[in-house]
Amino acid sequence: MVSVCFYFQVHQPHRLRNYTVFDIGKNHDYYDENKNRNILNKVANKCYIPTNKVMLSLLKKYPEFKVAYSFTGIVLEQFENFNPEALNTFQQLVDTGRVEILDETYHHSLAFLYSKEEFKEQVNMHSRKIRKLFGFKPQVFRNTELIYNNELAKFVEDLGYKGILSEGADHILGWRSPNFLYRPMTTNKIKLLLKNYRLSDDIAFRFSNKGWKEHPLTVGKYTQWINAVNGNGNCVNLFMDYETFGEHQWEDTGIFEFMRHLPGELLRHPDNNFMMPSELIKNYNSVAELDIHNLISWADVERDLSAWLGNRMQQSAVHSLYQLEKDIKLSNNEKLLSDWRKMQTSDNFYYMCTKWFNDGDVHKYFNPYDNPYESFISFMNILNDLRIRLDGQKATVPSVQISR
Amino acid sequence: MKVLMFGWEFPPFNTGGLGTACYGLTKGLAHNGVNVTFVLPHIPEKAKSDFVKLISAGNISKIKLRGVKTNLVGYMTSEEYRRSLLLNKAASKRRDIYGRDLFAEVYRYSLQAGLIARYEPHDLIHCHDWMTYQAGIKARKISGKPLVIHVHATEFDRTGGHGVNQAVYNIEREGMHAADSIIAVSNFTKNRIVEHYGIDPMKVQVVHNAIEFNGDQYGDFGLKKGNKVVLFMGRVTLQKGPDYFLYTAKRVLEIDPNVRFIIAGSGDMTASMIEKAADLGIADKVLFAGFLRGPDIDRAYQMADLYVMPSVSEPFGLTPLEAMRNKTPVIISKQSGVSEVINNCLKSDFWDIDRMTNQIIGVLRYKEAHEALKEGGYQEVQKFNWDEPARKCVEVYNRVLRGI
Repeated sequence: MVSVCFYFQVHQPHRLRNYTVFDIGKNHDYYDENKNRNILNKVANKCYIPTNKVMLSLLKKYPEFKVAYSFTGIVLEQFENFNPEALNTFQQLVDTGRVEILDETYHHSLAFLYSKEEFKEQVNMHSRKIRKLFGFKPQVFRNTELIYNNELAKFVEDLGYKGILSEGADHILGWRSPNFLYRPMTTNKIKLLLKNYRLSDDIAFRFSNKGWKEHPLTVGKYTQWINAVNGNGNCVNLFMDYETFGEHQWEDTGIFEFMRHLPGELLRHPDNNFMMPSELIKNYNSVAELDIHNLISWADVERDLSAWLGNRMQQSAVHSLYQLEKDIKLSNNEKLLSDWRKMQTSDNFYYMCTKWFNDGDVHKYFNPYDNPYESFISFMNILNDLRIRLDGQKATVPSVQISR
Repeated sequence: MKVLMFGWEFPPFNTGGLGTACYGLTKGLAHNGVNVTFVLPHIPEKAKSDFVKLISAGNISKIKLRGVKTNLVGYMTSEEYRRSLLLNKAASKRRDIYGRDLFAEVYRYSLQAGLIARYEPHDLIHCHDWMTYQAGIKARKISGKPLVIHVHATEFDRTGGHGVNQAVYNIEREGMHAADSIIAVSNFTKNRIVEHYGIDPMKVQVVHNAIEFNGDQYGDFGLKKGNKVVLFMGRVTLQKGPDYFLYTAKRVLEIDPNVRFIIAGSGDMTASMIEKAADLGIADKVLFAGFLRGPDIDRAYQMADLYVMPSVSEPFGLTPLEAMRNKTPVIISKQSGVSEVINNCLKSDFWDIDRMTNQIIGVLRYKEAHEALKEGGYQEVQKFNWDEPARKCVEVYNRVLRGI
């Protein structure tokens, strides 16, 4: 038996505007709301709304079909503000009862690495948001960019989650297969679901690549690959960005048709079915303990954190940001806290990555700034303004004693 | 392969990047097994031995240098030439040698240089910029060998598009149409050639310039004590945007009065720039260093915390590469050819004073940005060497000789 588990990540950052030295101390509006609105609506029209339509028809046609999603809190906010219609199409999917939602940090942040306290608050914020918008209580957790290690698994288990997702990176799996569930070292019960990155990336990255020897990818061919897992795996975890459909792979590549026909073809094999992450956890045992001490992620060829924290600019920016935590929280100023949290979105550090000069152009495609240096300067300018606001706050609230 | 090359300057007797480029290119060509005879309009008599000695010291054994007596100096406008005739007593004594105006001079150079084509064996003629085009055409008539013209700048770059000299334009256009092939130093320049001179894009090959590596380190700069230094290096002419440099300096000083600005170079706008600095009230913060040569150039880059090239129209622009070689971060105008080939720098439109100000303050204020640009730029500039452009020139030669 092979259970196919689709999980799609839905995320749009709250893009910061190009904040200049002239703005510091004068202008506390950090966001490029025009760009955010335009991008959200563009992606909604190209991806979210049409793909949801496909998914809804699949759910109606095949009672066996199931999928899972994870939404960042900040993309949900943007749906509410800019495109409630798109949000509604997601809610319709969840209403079928065969769609699971995962929890993550509200701000798509790296908080776990810098402040467990902040991490926990953001996870709770996210959980509340999901309950409010979808009436759903997630039981499985995925961290930003599938960043993961033993320590995180333990922390998340203690928060009450039954499962956690990560990347089935070769360098940690070795000879082992991602097509089973594992138990993270140092934990008791929580189960680890690993992305089958080959089969996932065949759709997410290679689908329209004419240089790929398997191009064009047909439903028949892909189904054979999944069928072949029968006998040496319990599950095939297909984890990918939802924007794969219509945005990364444009409609004219045939990606929608592929998705429309895939479930039917997979179900023709009597030993295949679909399961949501929590069902995998219920139905399959962990086959072994897995020790992942060093942090991994699903990004780039390195599958590590170098996309966000690989250079000195990124490290300095993230450290300076988290250094403000104590003062921000003592200030009791909701607006300051909210601005500080929005800056934590990992995309802000991704834009400062200098790897892409040699490492292909994936980063460049997603970068609203001309280059990593510009994004760093802009981020640091905002941080300076945040600091000025914080200091001003302290001057007017003498009862709060803060030493820097 | 023997190439008869017409230029107008060669180090150390250069007033700008063209001489440096010709030096590097001919050296690279020698490396690629090409014999170059380099014809110059003007070799100062006293310095002649030095000049030849320099060449042999540089081990460019395959290059022969030939001088033709004229009063031409690179980058001269016709007005400047008229003035130099009035001022130059020696010249006025020898009217028979010197033409009455720049165009007569260019024409005379072409006759003389063309004669060289009679006795100097060659397979192909290669000439650099408009003053040599007529010489090239003449040589082509005499020897019947194919003509390649190399466009380092057009009249539209030198004038910023205002007050284009029709006679210069005519010579440029004639040269481009007469040539069997055209080499442009950037796509930026190729577009100019295609748009303004009516040339078939198929006839124009882009060969980006390179840079010679020189690892000399200097240190101990008195000016540096407590001050950050921002450098402008280039001819002080409309094309290079020194006025935008001053407007930006003014803005930067409003934010950080401890920055010093150095203008290294000379040109027809020097006097007006000194006046403008005074008008802007920043005369004490802007230093005019005059025209620098040899090691002083590298010394100036190393002294600077930041190099700015605000060119209005820069066909290529070697100076940012020189700065990067000296581990100095650079900000360059987007209206430049070099911006097509480097990533580890900041880019701005030449007229965008606020953007440049923000970039300058950002780099001076955030040491991680400064460090990252410094290291990234230094790494990136290593990939440049003159063998590559020379190899591309040889490709052009071969194609022309085969009549493709």
